[in-house]
Amino acid sequence: MSNENSPSVPPNTPQHPAVQIDGVGKSFAGTVALEPVWLKIRQGEFLTLLGPSGCGKTTLLNLIAGFLEADSGELFINKDLVTQVPPHQREIGIVFQNYALFPHMTVAQNVGYGLRTRRVSKEETAERVREALALVKLEDFADRKPNQLSGGQQQRVALARALVIRPKVLLLDEPFSALDRNLRTAMQVELKEIQTRLGLTTVFVTHDQSEALSMSDRIAVMSRGQIRQIGSPTDIYDRPQNQFVSTFVGDANLFTATLVERSETTARLTIGETALQLEPYQTDLPDPGPVTLFARPEQCRLTQAGQPGTIPATVALTVYQGSYAEVHLDCAAADNRVMQRVPANEAPSRGTTVGIALPTQGPAIYSLNGEAQ
Amino acid sequence: MKKSPLDHLLDWSGRILLTLILGFVLLPFIVVLIASFNDSAILSFPPKSWSLRWYANAIEYRDFGKGLVNSLKIAAIGATFAMIAGAGFAYVLNRYEFSLKTLLNSILMSPLIIPNFTIGLGLLILSTAASLPRSIWLVIGVHVIIVLPFVVRSVYVSLQNFERRYEQAAESLGAAPLRVLLTITLPLLVPGLVSGALFAVILSFNEFTASLFVVNQRTQTFPVAMYNYVREYADPTLAAVSVIYVIVVAALLLVVHKFFRLEKVLNVE
Ligand SMILES: Nc1ncnc2c1ncn2[C@@H]1O[C@H](COP(=O)(O)OP(=O)(O)OP(=O)(O)O)[C@@H](O)[C@H]1O
Ligand SMILES: [Mg+2]
Repeated sequence: MSNENSPSVPPNTPQHPAVQIDGVGKSFAGTVALEPVWLKIRQGEFLTLLGPSGCGKTTLLNLIAGFLEADSGELFINKDLVTQVPPHQREIGIVFQNYALFPHMTVAQNVGYGLRTRRVSKEETAERVREALALVKLEDFADRKPNQLSGGQQQRVALARALVIRPKVLLLDEPFSALDRNLRTAMQVELKEIQTRLGLTTVFVTHDQSEALSMSDRIAVMSRGQIRQIGSPTDIYDRPQNQFVSTFVGDANLFTATLVERSETTARLTIGETALQLEPYQTDLPDPGPVTLFARPEQCRLTQAGQPGTIPATVALTVYQGSYAEVHLDCAAADNRVMQRVPANEAPSRGTTVGIALPTQGPAIYSLNGEAQ
Repeated sequence: MKKSPLDHLLDWSGRILLTLILGFVLLPFIVVLIASFNDSAILSFPPKSWSLRWYANAIEYRDFGKGLVNSLKIAAIGATFAMIAGAGFAYVLNRYEFSLKTLLNSILMSPLIIPNFTIGLGLLILSTAASLPRSIWLVIGVHVIIVLPFVVRSVYVSLQNFERRYEQAAESLGAAPLRVLLTITLPLLVPGLVSGALFAVILSFNEFTASLFVVNQRTQTFPVAMYNYVREYADPTLAAVSVIYVIVVAALLLVVHKFFRLEKVLNVE
């Protein structure tokens, strides 16, 4: 996979993985929450677990933290086998969605908690608490109680509390999903800056694809307890390996097609009456027969109706979005509506017949029984 | 928004209904309150002349004083034992899975089904058979059995509502299990523990039926002393005692409220 030399990995860091997960799986009373997973997280890497609700993200995080016991497999942190090590000896920082600040302690006591358990001296604790609060720009709030802080401030305290112990790995479970949009964006930038500066290995859980694309060195897309693809944000967005990933991340136009013939690099197929020759990026094409063809809206073009090599469609709806308009099209060769973005002043009106031109390079061909979820 | 006549009607009928319910609940106390100031030596109602002499009598009557001291002792020691045992049981029931869990739960809850007089009678027979002295510890034992289910329930409910993420956060910060218990779990459970203790004290202080079987002249509780009093006299002294009792409990609740906020303790927030 690409991204081998992630820019956020500082030089001279050890070469072994920060976290190595070897076949770790978990079931609850017979239902599988996480299929056995193999995964190596690099030193200083920002890895995001992305997937729909219930796909096992929190379960995997809890297994790394040690809150759950794995049914199978082994877990290593910095080469040390920790499968049997209790959470309080794993030296992991963790930030939850609901902050989980201790309500009976002040901000400073919250942040200092992990230092007191380590028997750090009073002076050093005070100094490091001050540094950690400065890192999240909350120096003036040391004596407040958590319920006297806004959601964003509480989450920054939770971050400071996790960072002050200099954890080997930082785990965050949907840390910003309780915040409003502007605050969330600000916090994303802040976290990314701190993480890069400290070179901190980070596992971040979210079901928000834009959050995952903007922050991560690598993304692991999960569904139903499995990692469906792992790679850099561009890998995931430009070269999704299966239909689930293609539809979960970004917008996807999917056409029902028949694969007629395939070679190493090219594929010939028909969509309705239209015959096409394409160069997909995949290495393993499905067998000839009925398939699903995938292309991003920005790879397709709208043309006059009846142009050779285009797929006929009818405008069902246009949605004005300010700088552009979304054109939703009914197309005989697609199960769902096809969506295209055009400059707002060029949007065709409802009922217009048009053609959809597909790119010759870039689309992917998935076997037809590629599931949706 | 303007209110329609129907809204007004509902508004007013609601208020009247509320007042009626409140009056109904408070009615016994109001009657007793008025009766306690009756000058006459028989419990007639409404009073024709007024006096405070039954209050004086209540305070001077020796058995009430002794009974009060016994009851306070029993409530304090019994509630302490019940709290320690009950909180322990509640913790085990909430946190651990084991095969005899349902059995333990049923045993702990059985005093809710078994009537108080059966518990008193049972321990009376047992203590006679084992020729134990009828000491105050026997009474305390009976009270612990009776209040234990309430304590277990109360602590169990607060454990159930307890956010496990607090403990997980503390663990990730390097706190060993005992430290988590002492610095996070227990402090955050204080309202639940106080409510359990409050239930235990009030139930124990009010307990009459079971106590009647196991007390003697020396160990009789306050309610038993009151019962013995009405068997001999029919004057309004008991009305005066009731008023004093209500005032003392109200004061106790006010103190709890001052330190812990009653809404939190009684779980009505
Ligand atoms: N303690 C538990 N007991 C039983 N089932 C559980 C338990 N924890 C999780 N599960 C199940 O395991 C699956 C994965 O849960 P998990 O919490 O890991 O999902 P998630 O990806 O974090 O979802 P979300 O985005 O909603 O937080 C779900 O189907 C869930 O119902
Ligand atoms: Mg989750």
